[in-house]
Amino acid sequence: MAMQVEFVSPEDIMYSGEGTQVTARTRGGGEIAFLTGHEPFIGSLVPCEVRVSETSGDVKRFAVRGGFVSVNGSKVTVLSDAAVHAADVDAAQAQADLVDAEAALEADPSDPEAKIGVQWANARLAAVGSGTGHATDH
Amino acid sequence: MPGGAERILRRRIGSVKNTKKITRAMELIAATRVARAQQRAKAARPYSEQLTGVIENLAAGGADVDHPLLRQVENVERVAFVVCAGDRGLAGPYNSAVVRSAEREIQALRADGGDYRILAVGKKVNDYFSFRNYNIDSAYGGFTDNPTFEDARAIAQRVRELFDAGEVDQVELIYTEFVSLGTQRAVVRRFLPLEPVTVMAEEGGGDAAALAGFSFEPSAGGVLADLLPRYVEARLFTALLDAAASEHANRQRAMKAATDNAEELIVKLSRAMNRARQEAITTEIMEIVGGAEALGDGSGDEAEAVDLERLLAQTN
Repeated sequence: MAMQVEFVSPEDIMYSGEGTQVTARTRGGGEIAFLTGHEPFIGSLVPCEVRVSETSGDVKRFAVRGGFVSVNGSKVTVLSDAAVHAADVDAAQAQADLVDAEAALEADPSDPEAKIGVQWANARLAAVGSGTGHATDH
Repeated sequence: MPGGAERILRRRIGSVKNTKKITRAMELIAATRVARAQQRAKAARPYSEQLTGVIENLAAGGADVDHPLLRQVENVERVAFVVCAGDRGLAGPYNSAVVRSAEREIQALRADGGDYRILAVGKKVNDYFSFRNYNIDSAYGGFTDNPTFEDARAIAQRVRELFDAGEVDQVELIYTEFVSLGTQRAVVRRFLPLEPVTVMAEEGGGDAAALAGFSFEPSAGGVLADLLPRYVEARLFTALLDAAASEHANRQRAMKAATDNAEELIVKLSRAMNRARQEAITTEIMEIVGGAEALGDGSGDEAEAVDLERLLAQTN
């Protein structure tokens, strides 16, 4: 049985489709995959790549800067104020952001903005299929 | 000078016609923008609905944490007003209604000895309050007819800064609610502190069947702490979208009224112009007849009559 998958941004519903599996990364819980029949779940997301395996066999990839994932019955909803489709990711920009954010983190390892910046840049690179992906987990 | 009044009226009619063209164009533009703004408000609804849905589930999960955004103060003395109106005028009472109700709130607060600061959203709001030397904390503008989430986030961030730092005890949001195409009204809403989670959940009115046995990660409290700032942003964004739709609806109405008035004025002026022309012609004929009579020797009656007919044909 397929799950209804929705990506909801503040401005609109940016993606809606049927999938068999959704993978995301929650704060404190690490990588988590949802299959049909998952228990009701609400998680707070860290910047990560979210993969949706569609019923057609395609895998849709998104980069998410943060937000929430809610699983209820056969419905998975990703709420995010900053999510981009992998096709819309500017890899060069993400790479540049990664360098900047890593430099900022180097200068001040406790800077939360820099840490999120690194994760967000990695998430975007992971979504387009280049870079370190989930290797960096601060 | 005969014909002078007519010329002046003709020029005025021309100028009113031009004005009418402009107001008509603005009316049509506003009409399409209302539709688009409504569309955007509708598209944005799922996000805030889903956020409220999560809050409902959290409330059912027993999460009622101590979050800075929920901090209630006993004696409210310092209040920040987020006043949302437009960047441009020509929208009927749209800007003035918001500004007036903001001013009323501020006066009432000051009468009670309270302290206020204004976050002005829209150039007109900033103009009004800075001209009158009100205490403006920050001003935003340039996007009121088509706000993006980023705009809302920038304002929400400043609001949270003020509230988190304890510089204000309460934040009021003043904007125009879009009730329907025909009705919009300026409203004053409590923005911060947020209501307790259980109250938010009740107001959300989501389906109770969904409220069972959720597990949370990292924890119910942790999710809530992440969620409340997003909720603040979403609420502000909703208000901005409502305000934008209201602005366009008000502008459409104001421009329709202006177009109707111009039409009426054109009819009135055309009548006056026709009368003036007729009067000028009559005067001219009278002058010619008078002149011809004065010149004639009284013998050539027939010749004179022919002459007059020719003259009449010429003048008309």
